[in-house]
Amino acid sequence: MTTKPMITVTDLHKTFGEHIHAVRGVDLSVATGEVVVIVGPSGSGKSTVLRCMNTLETPTQGSVLVDGVELTDRDADIDAARAEMGMVFQQFNLFSHLTVLQNVTLAQRKVRGMGKAEAAAEAMRQLTRVGIPEKANSYPRQLSGGQQQRVAIARSLAMNPKVMLFDEPTSALDPEMIKEVLDVMLELAAEGMTMIVVTHEMGFARAAADRVFFMDEGLIVESGTPEDLFDNAKEGRTQDFFAKVLSH
Amino acid sequence: MPDPIAGTYDPDLSMKTDPEASWTKRSDTTAWYDRFPWWGVILFLIWSAMLAKILFDEDYDLAWKRISPGVTVTIRATFMAFGLATTLGLILGLGRTLKTDDRTNPLIRFVKIAARNLCRTYIEFIRGIPILPLIFTVALVIIPPLSESVGLKNKIPSEWRAIIALALIYGAYIAEIIRAGVQSVDQGQVEAGRSLGLTRGATTRSIVLPQAIRNVIPPLGNDFIAILKDTSLLSVLGVLELTQLTKQFANSSFKFREGYLVLTFIYLSLTIVLSLLLQQLEKYMTKDKTGAR
Repeated sequence: MTTKPMITVTDLHKTFGEHIHAVRGVDLSVATGEVVVIVGPSGSGKSTVLRCMNTLETPTQGSVLVDGVELTDRDADIDAARAEMGMVFQQFNLFSHLTVLQNVTLAQRKVRGMGKAEAAAEAMRQLTRVGIPEKANSYPRQLSGGQQQRVAIARSLAMNPKVMLFDEPTSALDPEMIKEVLDVMLELAAEGMTMIVVTHEMGFARAAADRVFFMDEGLIVESGTPEDLFDNAKEGRTQDFFAKVLSH
Repeated sequence: MPDPIAGTYDPDLSMKTDPEASWTKRSDTTAWYDRFPWWGVILFLIWSAMLAKILFDEDYDLAWKRISPGVTVTIRATFMAFGLATTLGLILGLGRTLKTDDRTNPLIRFVKIAARNLCRTYIEFIRGIPILPLIFTVALVIIPPLSESVGLKNKIPSEWRAIIALALIYGAYIAEIIRAGVQSVDQGQVEAGRSLGLTRGATTRSIVLPQAIRNVIPPLGNDFIAILKDTSLLSVLGVLELTQLTKQFANSSFKFREGYLVLTFIYLSLTIVLSLLLQQLEKYMTKDKTGAR
């Protein structure tokens, strides 16, 4: 990868309260068009790193540079930066009082100032892309978990983001619904979307990731191609982790 | 072919399913007489007996003619006080949920923190005092000098002073309802809005408030009924609402029993009808079409 970096995180620290030091100095850089997967045991700080990238968590220390904008600057226009970054949550977080279509058009209209018809047309394009245009007028709770997550992806895509952040997007799904979400993500990766994915789906990492980062206890222990980490890890902790998660 | 049941015969089991001893059976559906709203029947009978008295007894009829006109003032005061209190409660309740962070402009941050704390002070102050002394204080101690200073000395009728007092008091209670409603909205909804680039304000308007309203309707309805009942306290200021008219009627005619029965009848009718209406509103608001629950 020689293209310019989309996201550069330098010496990132995040503490919660006085005693929890969730992230202890993370450096990582993600190039435009790259698909990066962050793995690691629960509580290793991987979700926190992801949430610091669009400052849903304010970093305690360090720098987060997104597309040339330093987000830790006091004067940075965070809202504008976030509009360019899609985020998909473990719990979907669809707006429960709005229909699927309204979910996908809301930010286009409020943030981009698009007209109703234009936003709806874009929303339908994205819903078709994730395979559920027929649910446009349903409410979130009438959908399965997999369908909700695909709507959440469409909602982010409708903003035409430069990068997509995925925070354990399949962890709250029933096993038979995981595939439909991963298929959408694989397609996105194939189309060249810059993606940063926190997940436990090693199959996805192997299939789509350009690079995998293994985190433990708030630090990046090791990084490399999926093959480097899955099969030829250098660090003992990495070997232990993959021995456990890949043993089935 | 052998009887499939015969092989599993168990004398103990047959005892339990003996049709003669139906009370030993366990059933998923409770009996109709267990579910039936007997309380409603009893309440309706009491209400009907009161109605019959008023319709067929001259003394009660006289009390009705003298007292029932007060219903206009009671209802007007209820709506006015509730409307003002809800407006105040919305401001105070949202004021209590104001948030700031390191990024907030220092001046705005100071204003927000000050506003949040002042709202809290007001709410805790009011909620710590019984309603009756508060009504006296507002209507007789606070409003007169204020009205004088704007050139309205003694021009504000006691009905309005009482309504303002009720609104100031219930504003504090409703503020807590609003705050709870806002805070009951899942934080993930806010994060989703912010991550799409919506500002804090846009997130509150488009995502938090519409969801909070659903959560707020039932307790707000309870406060509406509470205000209706508390308008009876306006009688201490001489406002000619139901309770005051009853006092006057009973004191002048010595027909206490008749007067207070009619008063009870009117309040009961109003609150029961309101409760039923509110139930319907709640059902409507929490229906599928408004989304998740």
